[in-house]
Amino acid sequence: MTTTEILEILKEKFSVEQFEIQSNIGGEILIVPSNVLLDLCFFLRDDERLAFDSLMNLSGVDLADGEKKKLEDGSFEIVGGHLATYYHLHSFKHNHKLTLKVLLPRENPVVPSVERVWRSADWHEREAYDLFGIVFEGHHNLKRILLPDDWDGYPLRKDYKVQEFYQGMKVPY
Amino acid sequence: MGILDKEFTESNIIITKFDDLMNWARLSSLWQMTFGLACCAIEMMATSASHYDFDRFGVIPRPSPRQADIIIISGTVTLKMALRIKRLYEQMPEPKYVISMGSCATCGGPYWNHGYHVLKGIDRVIPVDVYVPGCPPRPEALLEGLLKLQEKIRNESHVKKQV
Repeated sequence: MTTTEILEILKEKFSVEQFEIQSNIGGEILIVPSNVLLDLCFFLRDDERLAFDSLMNLSGVDLADGEKKKLEDGSFEIVGGHLATYYHLHSFKHNHKLTLKVLLPRENPVVPSVERVWRSADWHEREAYDLFGIVFEGHHNLKRILLPDDWDGYPLRKDYKVQEFYQGMKVPY
Repeated sequence: MGILDKEFTESNIIITKFDDLMNWARLSSLWQMTFGLACCAIEMMATSASHYDFDRFGVIPRPSPRQADIIIISGTVTLKMALRIKRLYEQMPEPKYVISMGSCATCGGPYWNHGYHVLKGIDRVIPVDVYVPGCPPRPEALLEGLLKLQEKIRNESHVKKQV
């Protein structure tokens, strides 16, 4: 089933004006607002015609579309713009795929957790939280997964600055 | 140095210097801590295996820091791991030796610039006796590093004041 056909089915329950299809290399992406994400995910999983029973991948992205502000030390800071989360879904039953994208404001990146929908989201969301600082509301154990708990900052953000010292160890070369 | 060069063949007596005896004993049974970090650890395991046979130099893996003489830092040291390595090193009894194996452990390797999570050289945390270059070093290089370490131990003194 293509993304357009899936959107036809979604029309039954959701007002589809809030969705947007973005064509991309490697397929189409459905952009959805964060406030309907959880309902949408439950529907995508439970509806017989869609039956997305597997969350293949969940990733965070720094779009870096905000305003770049130069700082005195030569580095820069990004103000405004968006972070995003991507959800790659797959249905074993129908063997079709769907990609969801949620745009989040950089200053307050909060998105509902889909951990209750697909358990595989647990560690993926922790990773996105760890490296991008995206907060997944409703996650039962949202803490860093790769970096130490006392780490400063979110390394995969485009304006991340390496800390000078970590626990007394010099970090830069 | 020849520990057996003054041998009294009849009476089972060997005369040697205390330093020589101690050093010979130490350098001939360097038990390494069972510890590997990254791809260098694969080469280290290959060095331990039958083809290169670390055991012929008295190096056998010991799965406890409390019974180990030498720790080979074999791979990329993340900042998270560095704290644990420091603790392991502190748990080892004296005398203890460190071989920094490969570029990553020595200076950060390919992560020297953009590796925000990588310690740029294990010598920022614990003292290093021998650096083995390579990415990863071949088993021959690690053996050479071990021989250098043995050379270093051979020239240590237990009596003379250390500078």
